[in-house]
Amino acid sequence: MQRRHLLRYGAAGAGALGLMLGVGWWRVDGPGASKPAGQRPLALSAMDFRLTDHEGNEVGPDTLIGRPTMVFFGFTYCPDVCPTTLSDISGWLDDLGDAAAQMNVAFITVDPERDTVEAMAEYVGYFHPAIRGWTGPEDQIARAAEGFRALYERVPTKGGGYTMNHTASVFLFDAEGEHVTMIDYHEPREFAVPKIRRALPEDVAGAT
Amino acid sequence: MKKRPYVKGLAVIFMLAGLSAPAFSGSEDVNVENAWSRASIGASRPGAAYMIVRNTGEDAVTLTGLTTPLAMMPEIHETKTNADGVSSMTPAGEITIEAGESLALEPGGLHVMLMNLQNPMTEGETFPLTLTFSDGDEVTVDVPILDIAARGPEG
Repeated sequence: MQRRHLLRYGAAGAGALGLMLGVGWWRVDGPGASKPAGQRPLALSAMDFRLTDHEGNEVGPDTLIGRPTMVFFGFTYCPDVCPTTLSDISGWLDDLGDAAAQMNVAFITVDPERDTVEAMAEYVGYFHPAIRGWTGPEDQIARAAEGFRALYERVPTKGGGYTMNHTASVFLFDAEGEHVTMIDYHEPREFAVPKIRRALPEDVAGAT
Repeated sequence: MKKRPYVKGLAVIFMLAGLSAPAFSGSEDVNVENAWSRASIGASRPGAAYMIVRNTGEDAVTLTGLTTPLAMMPEIHETKTNADGVSSMTPAGEITIEAGESLALEPGGLHVMLMNLQNPMTEGETFPLTLTFSDGDEVTVDVPILDIAARGPEG
C-alpha cells in the first residue's frame, strides 16, 4: 500500500518535472521562445534612413535619440487598425500627462505612394499633438522597416485598389535609443502605460 | 513577447428557457446595438463601422450582405494579427449568428468596411446601413459618425 503511494508520488513528481522541463523548453527553445537576437529591432543608433516629417523637416533615427520614443508603422488609407492604434496611443499619452511631452512619437507610413507629406499632415492633425507623421521615398521606408524589423506588404483589392499588411505593434525605445519592448496591437491601457513608463527616465516617469 | 488570450468575439445571451416565444416575423429577431463609425478625411479612403448584431430569435440567421447609400462597396472584413504582429484584412463572407447569440463587429476584429465612399463621413452625422439576411429579412440601422479618433460608441 505504502509502496504504491510512493510509486504514485514518484510518478507524479516525475510528471511534474517533465512538465517543467517541457515548459522550459517551450519558452527557451520551442515555439514560445522570444525572437532570436537578430530579429529584435536594432538600436536607433545602428539604423540608417532619411525621411521627411509632416511639417517638411528632414528626419532620421538620430532625430529620435535623446528622448524616449514610440514608433508605429501604418498608412492613412487603413480604416481599422491604424486609427485604432493612433487613438490608443493618443489615450496612453493623455494618461502620461506631462511626461508625454518628453517623448518622441513617430507614425511611419508603409504606403508612401499615397501618403505624401500633406496627407500625413492632415491625418496626424486629428490625433495627439505629440504624434509626428513620417514619409519618404520607398527605399528609405524599406530601410527604416528593416532596422525596426517591421514587415509590410502591398495587397491588391477588388476594383483595382490596394491595401497594406503591416506590423501593427508599437516599438518602444529609451532615451539612449535602445529598444525596450513592444506594445501589441490593441493592448489594454493598463498594460501599455506601465510599459511606456519603463522607457521613461525615473524623474520623468514619476512626475505626472 | 507573449500573447495574452483575449476574450472577445461572440457573447452568448442566455434566453429564458420554457418561455413560449411568440412567432416573431422577420427582422424583429435581429437587434443592432452600439453602432458607430469614425469620420473620414475626404471620400478617397475607406471607412469602417462597428456594432453588435444580436439574434434574439429561435433560429440561426445568416448575414449575407450590406447596402448603404454612403458606400458603393460595403463588406464585412476581418482584421487578423499573426504571430509576427503583422495585421491583415480579408473579406469575411457570409456570417451565421446562432439563435440567442450575437456578432460583435469591433476594432481589430470583424468590422464593416465601407469602400468607395460616395461622400465624406462627417462627424455628428449618421448614415443608414441595411443588413440583409439569407431569408430575405432586412434590418436598417442609423450609424452615428463620431470623431476620427473615437475609440468606441461613446466616442
